[in-house]
Parts: sequence; structure tokens; C-alpha cells
Amino acid sequence: MSIFPYLVAAWLFLVGLYGVISSRNFVHIAMCLAVVQSSTYVLLLAIGYKTGGVPPIFAGAQVGTPAVDPIVQALMLTDIVVEATVVALLLALAVQIQKAAGTVNPDRLLELQG
Amino acid sequence: MNRSRRHILFFVSAAVFFGLMTWAMHDLPPVGHYRGPYGDAINATVVYERHITDAVTAVNFDYRGFDTLGEESILFLSVIGVGTLLRQQKRERKSREDTDELEKGQAPEPSEAMKVITLGLVGPLVVYGIYIITHGQLTPGGGFQGGVVLATAPLLVYLAGDLKTFKRITTHTLVEIGEAIGIFGFLMIGFLGIIAGKEFLRNVLPLGQTGSIFSGGTVALLDIATGLAVAGGFISAIYAFLEQTIEMRMEGEE
Amino acid sequence: MLILQIAILAFVAITGTAVVLTRDPRNQVIGLGFYGLVLALMFFLYEAPDVALSQIVIGAVALPLMFMLSLSKIRRNEQKRDEVKQKQREKAA
Repeated sequence: MSIFPYLVAAWLFLVGLYGVISSRNFVHIAMCLAVVQSSTYVLLLAIGYKTGGVPPIFAGAQVGTPAVDPIVQALMLTDIVVEATVVALLLALAVQIQKAAGTVNPDRLLELQG
Repeated sequence: MNRSRRHILFFVSAAVFFGLMTWAMHDLPPVGHYRGPYGDAINATVVYERHITDAVTAVNFDYRGFDTLGEESILFLSVIGVGTLLRQQKRERKSREDTDELEKGQAPEPSEAMKVITLGLVGPLVVYGIYIITHGQLTPGGGFQGGVVLATAPLLVYLAGDLKTFKRITTHTLVEIGEAIGIFGFLMIGFLGIIAGKEFLRNVLPLGQTGSIFSGGTVALLDIATGLAVAGGFISAIYAFLEQTIEMRMEGEE
Repeated sequence: MLILQIAILAFVAITGTAVVLTRDPRNQVIGLGFYGLVLALMFFLYEAPDVALSQIVIGAVALPLMFMLSLSKIRRNEQKRDEVKQKQREKAA
């Protein structure tokens, strides 16, 4: 079962993408985008993991014990914060689209004009 | 293209993608057999070189501090974007007088238990946020996590029904000044490295003793700057979403 | 420990699918909050406490909060629009 995390990452990516293309609401699209981004977290986590390792915090553990990779975790932390800001901008855009065009359905956006 | 054609195209390409990924996965190292040299190198040297016990914070603010500067800028710009997109425009204010009789006086007053609990929790939450920010180099934590915890503290005031205090807290100039000081402070601390004759964002302050709060040199200051910037940014963004609701509810109470 | 890790990964996949397949945004926000907590549990079981703290604070508190605020704003704009249209219809009649 050593490729199971990679399979889960690929599955989450495809499921989130399916939600984006088959959605009828802009807010639903933003939430499916959050699921797509979480697939990258699973992939990065699986790359940095070491069997039997401890977290990379040396406040209690000694320096020599095998610990998991801290660089990959720093990347994931940055990723989570950027996800929050991207979602905030998308939601502000969705609110403005509703005000201007009267609908939040991406399919009907070309028909309604104000 | 219409919906069914979109769906067919998606399922075909998804099947191809999944097949290719499963084929590529067999060449990746199996999960648990970590091969790369950099993680082990940082784990072995971070306590001795930088006197920091949290390797993730050290990587975020010291070894890869430049990436964190880029991420700060992304946060700052997106808060500006949200505030711009959701500002109240003039024609909205005129039409508001016609159609907002529905909103006046519609919100129920929260119960006494809710008021006691939320107002009682504001103080501990602020202290907890400051604790996470300043202890970033010792235990899991740091500027980002503590900043968001600090930013949710004014919301408890809003939940208790005290709209005037909430509005006073979130539109206070200190919030904007704090956010600006955060991002500007990050840049200035980076320039300390240039003043000392080395490269930008180099750790040039005295490193201190491992395990105390003021260890790690510039990492402690960068933590505080990031916490201020993130807290100010999130408070401004949340207020941008809530602005119209508050105006109408405050008019309804008068 | 290995059993827990495999189980939590399967749970993450199932919860992610459930979040996507919920169509109504108001129901989906609650599912997203739960999904954020499940992800934080997965980070914890894979020895990443810093990332788990960040995910709890942002993915289970700040993200559902922003979603709910924007959903209520959209609903109020829709109500206003319907009211304006009704008034115009009454004036025309």
C-alpha cells in the first residue's frame, strides 16, 4: 500500500475538477477549488514522510532522531495561506457578478445582461 | 459548448490523466522511504546553527525567507482587492433608502448566555494569539497561525450583539497601520542584512539562547511583523464583507 | 499507526467527494468545515503539527466564515432585486 497517498491525491484532484466543470453556482466552484488545492497537500505530505519519524520540532526530542522533512511542511503552510486569499478574492468577484448580472449561474451568464 | 459535451471531454481526459499518473507513480519512491538530502541536512543543523527548535519556522523565515516575503505581498494585495471589489458605491447608497425597510430591526438580540460566553472569551483568545505568534520559533506556531487567531477575536464581539464596539474596533486606524507596519517591517528587517554587509534577509541579529523567546535573531521579529500583517489583513477583509450588514442593523436599532 | 494513516486517507477521499457532490452552497459550507478538520487530523497523523495548526485555523474557521458572509450578501442582493422588480411591476400595472 505504498502508493496509496499518491492515488488519493490524484483522485481528489479529479473529483475537484469535476465539481468545477459541472457546477451551477460560483460559490460552489470556489469550494471545489479548495478541494483541488487539498490534493497538493496530500501529495507533498506523502513525499516528505519518513516511516517511524518524529515531527521536525526539537524542543523535546534529541537532535539525532530521524524526523520528517521540514521543507515540504513549510511549502504546505505557505500553500494554505495563499488558498485563503485566493478564495477571498473569488468570493468578492462572485458577489460583484451577482450585483451586476443578477445571477450566480455561470451557464446563464451569457444570456442575462443586467 | 453545452454541458454534455463538456462532461464527455472531461471524463475522457480524466481517464487518460489517471492512467498516466498511476504509471508514473511506480517510479516515485514508496511512501516512507524519504531519499532527499536537504531535509536531513536541515534537521541535523538547525538547532546548532540558528538556535531555533522549530525547523519549519526556521525554513519559513530564515532559510527561505524570500518566499515568505512573496506570500506576504500576495496576502496584502488580495486584501486590497477584496476591499476594492466590495466597497459601497454611490448609486447603492441612493437606492438603499428605498428598499431597506425590510432589513431594519430584523436581527434578533442574542441571549444572555451567549453574551457572557463570547465576551468572556475575547481576552483569552487575544492572549492565545499573541502566545502563538511570539513562540513560533520554539513550538509549532508562528506568524500566520497566530495572526489568524488574533483576527477572529473581534468577531466574538460581533456575535455578542455589540455592533458599535465591533465597528469601532475594526475601522480603527490602528488596524490599517498595523497591517502596513507588518509588511513594511518585513522589508526593513531584510535590509538589516544589507546594512551589515551581507545579503538581503540574512539573519544578522544576535542568536540568543536555544529555548528562550528571543532566540533565532531576526526570526522572532519577522514572526511579529507577519502576525501583525496577517491579523490586520484578515480583519479588514472580514469587515469588507460585513460592512453593509452593520450599517443597516445599526440604523434599525436607532 | 499504519492502519490509522491508511484509514484517514480513505476518509479524506470520501469526504472530498461528498463536498463536491453537495450542490446547495449553504449545505456545502458545513461539509467544507468538516473536511478542513479531517485534513487537519490527517496532517497530525503524518507528523506535521505546524501545518495541522495552520489548517485548523484557516481551513476550518476563516474559510467557512468568508463563505457564509458572501452567501448572506448574495442572498440579500437577490431579495433586493426581487423587491425592485415587484415595485416596478406594481407601478406599471
